[in-house]
Amino acid sequence: MKFLGFIVVCLTGALLLYGTGQFPAWGDPGSPASTHLSNYYIEKTVEQTQVPNIVTAVLADYRGFDTMFETSVIFCAGLTCFLLLRDFTEKKERFYRHRPTGVILHVKDSEKVLKVGKEFEHIDKDFVPSDLIIKTVCRILIPFIQIYALYVVAHGDFSPGGGFQGGVIFGSSLILLAISYDLKTLVERIKEKVLGIFAAVGVLIYVGIATICMPMGGNFLNYGMLAPLLPGDPRHVRALGMLGVEIGVGLAVMAVMAIIYINIVSEGRHDEGL
Amino acid sequence: MTDLLPLIVAKYNYWLYVILMMIGLYAMIAKNNLIKKVVGMNIFQTAIILFYLSIGYKKDATLPIVEVGHEGQEAVVRALDYINPLPHVLMLTAIVVSVATFGVAMALAVRIYQRYQTLEEDELRMRLSEE
Amino acid sequence: MHWPIDLIVLTFVIFCAIAAISVKDLLGTAILFGAYSFMMCLLWAIMGAVDVAFTEASVGAGVSTVFFVAAVFRTSRRTKD
Repeated sequence: MKFLGFIVVCLTGALLLYGTGQFPAWGDPGSPASTHLSNYYIEKTVEQTQVPNIVTAVLADYRGFDTMFETSVIFCAGLTCFLLLRDFTEKKERFYRHRPTGVILHVKDSEKVLKVGKEFEHIDKDFVPSDLIIKTVCRILIPFIQIYALYVVAHGDFSPGGGFQGGVIFGSSLILLAISYDLKTLVERIKEKVLGIFAAVGVLIYVGIATICMPMGGNFLNYGMLAPLLPGDPRHVRALGMLGVEIGVGLAVMAVMAIIYINIVSEGRHDEGL
Repeated sequence: MTDLLPLIVAKYNYWLYVILMMIGLYAMIAKNNLIKKVVGMNIFQTAIILFYLSIGYKKDATLPIVEVGHEGQEAVVRALDYINPLPHVLMLTAIVVSVATFGVAMALAVRIYQRYQTLEEDELRMRLSEE
Repeated sequence: MHWPIDLIVLTFVIFCAIAAISVKDLLGTAILFGAYSFMMCLLWAIMGAVDVAFTEASVGAGVSTVFFVAAVFRTSRRTKD
């Protein structure tokens, strides 16, 4: 199998290498990809949308349908992970730690539930005493990561960034919370239902902004029609529409990243993990 | 020799992309572990993304972020001064879809391990034929 | 774009890719794959695709690696090839 695979790979590679002979030279400004549609985008974007970052403008405005269905792909990925892995059966054994003495109790009877509070705390099966330095550093760091994520979303029009990047950074701050403390902390702070609602609301914001344009007299996703609803200079209305869409994308991506991580790391039981 | 060097400089990037793509393809075909196969798929994806982005590159051009003048005096934007933004947009979506597929693939791997206690392809095939 | 930087980073990328699919420890694969993603992100930043590079830095080198480590944590770490 390995030898056969190697032969197939060599043949395909030889064909592709032969094909590179026909490509335009490296960095050629007159190559076919750079001569037709992209020039229109580069020359007209600022005039039509007032957004300096051409990539964001093309992503959220000219190719809005693409991004909308991509957001739904992300949503579906989160849904798939939930459906594949989520396990609602309660685990029989539990582990508790007596806070003052450090004694660990292993409860095998599923009926018996100790009260978690000042005296006992709930711990994972392979319990490692929490590191003070890691906890403190992460507690200080997480708010800054989240503010940075919001900055990335809000400045997607002017600098590299946008809904996806900001959403992923926000989601990774939640994952950092789960890694530095334990998974229970994250699941208690943000309930599973809230994450699911966030993911759905993100897609809804996108589709909602796109749909509002229709009763205002335009086509689906034509942000220019939102001018009577929004304050400020009517020339900037497309930029504001893009910002709204990016916020929706960011919400959906943030929630889906957290859902996928929680489901993979706890095998769908949402009790213990890394 | 004198006309070979410009050819190499103009094309060596594409050759290395093809090599990278073939590494990914080989991992997808020949590796036995399912997670290794997923890594191969990701390498293949990123090689294709790299290829698309290199198509959009222009010599002596700057980033596709327009310098906007102050109110009222908008400079004329020349297309030759900016890198082609269209491949960037297409590949941005591709990357985000790739992380979604990666997450689903990892969830599937965990599920397969829960049921068969293995991720090796030959052992999996053996377990499946036993049932 | 300076071609020596491009060539050096591209060589690193290929080395990381070969190493990632040939080590026998899946946790090592996870880390090497993160290094591969980050090198790829550098390459894209050199090419001027800043948006794509930013996405890859947060998605490929960040969240993908975390998913990978989580999956290895829940499955086996050893592999035959």
